[in-house]
Amino acid sequence: MTIDIIILIILTLAALWTVMTNTLLFAAIGLALTSAVLTIVMFRLNSPLAAVFELSVCAGLISVVFISVTTMTQPQSHQEVAQHNRDRLGRFKFLPLIIILVVLTLVILNLKPTPPLTIPEAGEDVRNIIWNQRPFDLIGQVLILLAGVFGVVILFKEKPKDE
Amino acid sequence: MTSLLILIPLFSVMVLNLPSRTMMRRFAFWLSLILAASQVCLAAFFGTDLWNNANISGSFFQFNLAVDNLSRVMLFSIGIVVLAAILAGRELIKDENRQFNFTNLMLLILAGMNGVVTTVDVFSLYVFMEITAVASFVLISLQKDRDALEASFKYIIFSALASVMMLAAIALLLMVSGETGFPGISHALSNLPTSRLTLLAVSIFICGLFIKGGAMPFHGWLPDAYSAAPAPVSILLAGIVTKTLGIYTLIRIVGFVLSPNYALNNILLLVGTISIVAGALAALGQKDLKRMLSYSSISQVGYIIIGLGCGTPLGIFGAIFHLFNHSIFKSLLFTNSAAVESRTNTRNMEELGGLAERMPCTGTTSIIGFLSAAGIPPLSGFWSKIIIVVALWQAGFHAYSAIAVMAGAITLAYFLSMQRRVFFGKIKEELKSTKEANFNLLLPALLLAAITVGAGILFPFVHDTFITSFFK
Repeated sequence: MTIDIIILIILTLAALWTVMTNTLLFAAIGLALTSAVLTIVMFRLNSPLAAVFELSVCAGLISVVFISVTTMTQPQSHQEVAQHNRDRLGRFKFLPLIIILVVLTLVILNLKPTPPLTIPEAGEDVRNIIWNQRPFDLIGQVLILLAGVFGVVILFKEKPKDE
Repeated sequence: MTSLLILIPLFSVMVLNLPSRTMMRRFAFWLSLILAASQVCLAAFFGTDLWNNANISGSFFQFNLAVDNLSRVMLFSIGIVVLAAILAGRELIKDENRQFNFTNLMLLILAGMNGVVTTVDVFSLYVFMEITAVASFVLISLQKDRDALEASFKYIIFSALASVMMLAAIALLLMVSGETGFPGISHALSNLPTSRLTLLAVSIFICGLFIKGGAMPFHGWLPDAYSAAPAPVSILLAGIVTKTLGIYTLIRIVGFVLSPNYALNNILLLVGTISIVAGALAALGQKDLKRMLSYSSISQVGYIIIGLGCGTPLGIFGAIFHLFNHSIFKSLLFTNSAAVESRTNTRNMEELGGLAERMPCTGTTSIIGFLSAAGIPPLSGFWSKIIIVVALWQAGFHAYSAIAVMAGAITLAYFLSMQRRVFFGKIKEELKSTKEANFNLLLPALLLAAITVGAGILFPFVHDTFITSFFK
């Protein structure tokens, strides 16, 4: 149990670092780190297939894409960087308060599942779950992919005529 | 047969984007129009037995879907609003390539919303909500100007927050009930009504739905998204997207899956009342026509939420009927605002005036739309509002009932002010050359106005078909 709590704390810290860091490159690295820690959580929850996907796609593939794109961006001017550094912490001023409130609420609520949580069997056939039990969600995945493709086409491929 | 509602739009998008895309481009508009129109006809005339007949779709697609009367009402509304948006899109999106992409996204959003209203599984519900949301983000930013991109980004952030809340709630519900189907969850929750884990799951799920539905004080993204989106997308968003994602799901979960809960009903009544009053007051002060309609949407959503919060069968029916009416009259009003904007190039009500003289059809349908929104008999909006007010009174919520009635007066005030500033009075010199809107904008306006009048006058039929069958 203690090791799980430590892993969850590391996960939260990595996620916080991802959104609070000053540099795009560090944010991408932070995201990869968050995914890597999440992979450990998934292994510990007896879901090796989800863990492998998380590690290969989120921590691996997506990080490579993010970091490659980051190398193509232009750095800001010195004044912009100075201004940004002054402003950026202001937006996080309520964050500690929110964290403390959430933690206190959870402690007070003292949530325990009734009946106790059963960890799913690792041996259950994933193909069976995806193809036979949840085919509708698979259609949903195809639709989301198509919507994403049209998003990319409209936002990045269409030439703005009025400019 | 229900699975075809999702599969046909999906295959249509695939066929339209085959290598011979240029040839398919000509058919895209007609194909989407026919699909939306067929959905309207099928939902209107075919009963639930036919929808749930497994033999029609064959045995290959074994999806866990079901259509009841609530789903039928939603399928009808989705069809009619998508139809109006497609017609408006043909008129207002000039670039051929962009119009083709718009049509494809409309088909995807149609499949997404059909999935949301027909599924009986909370995880599939989440998946299809995401499809609709992703397509909406892209549609809002279709014009790629600064305001649209900002509105779309705001919507992405709020929607992501709602998604995280709902996904966490689904995980907790799975822990409690061991499955994600509506009947299983309903059974598990009725056995554990006071478990803290259940309460946490339900409360964050409902919060997520409030964000998606744009109820106050969770509405931050809504006025920007509605007003910055291109006109056909505003019709779709205000008319049906937020209503399906937030409000339909709220009705489905609270009215049909969860067991009656006193605390939850009180929260719904409170959020609903805040939305009604604050939305109406905010609408009073607007100069931008679409922004005013956006705040009015928040206020009308409040009526649906208090109807649901009432907790009685009559209240839930009132909520469903107002959801339907709101889809129709708000799409009508947004279609009219699109017509006005397309002819005058402005949405600022201070710069408009006397347009009824030049745009008689738009002016008249606008009167029908706003009178229905304000709850004036015999239009359909009157019946749904009176049902909600009566249900609240019968359930002993006299104060809420009184607030709902009084807020109706504010609704009438801001709509009358809108009508006076845009359509009535003396026409301004620079607007004298304005012409009536084109057929593609008049047809949906007339159709929606006819439904508003028809559902009002034929209320006994609506009563006998739906009120009696909903709670047999």
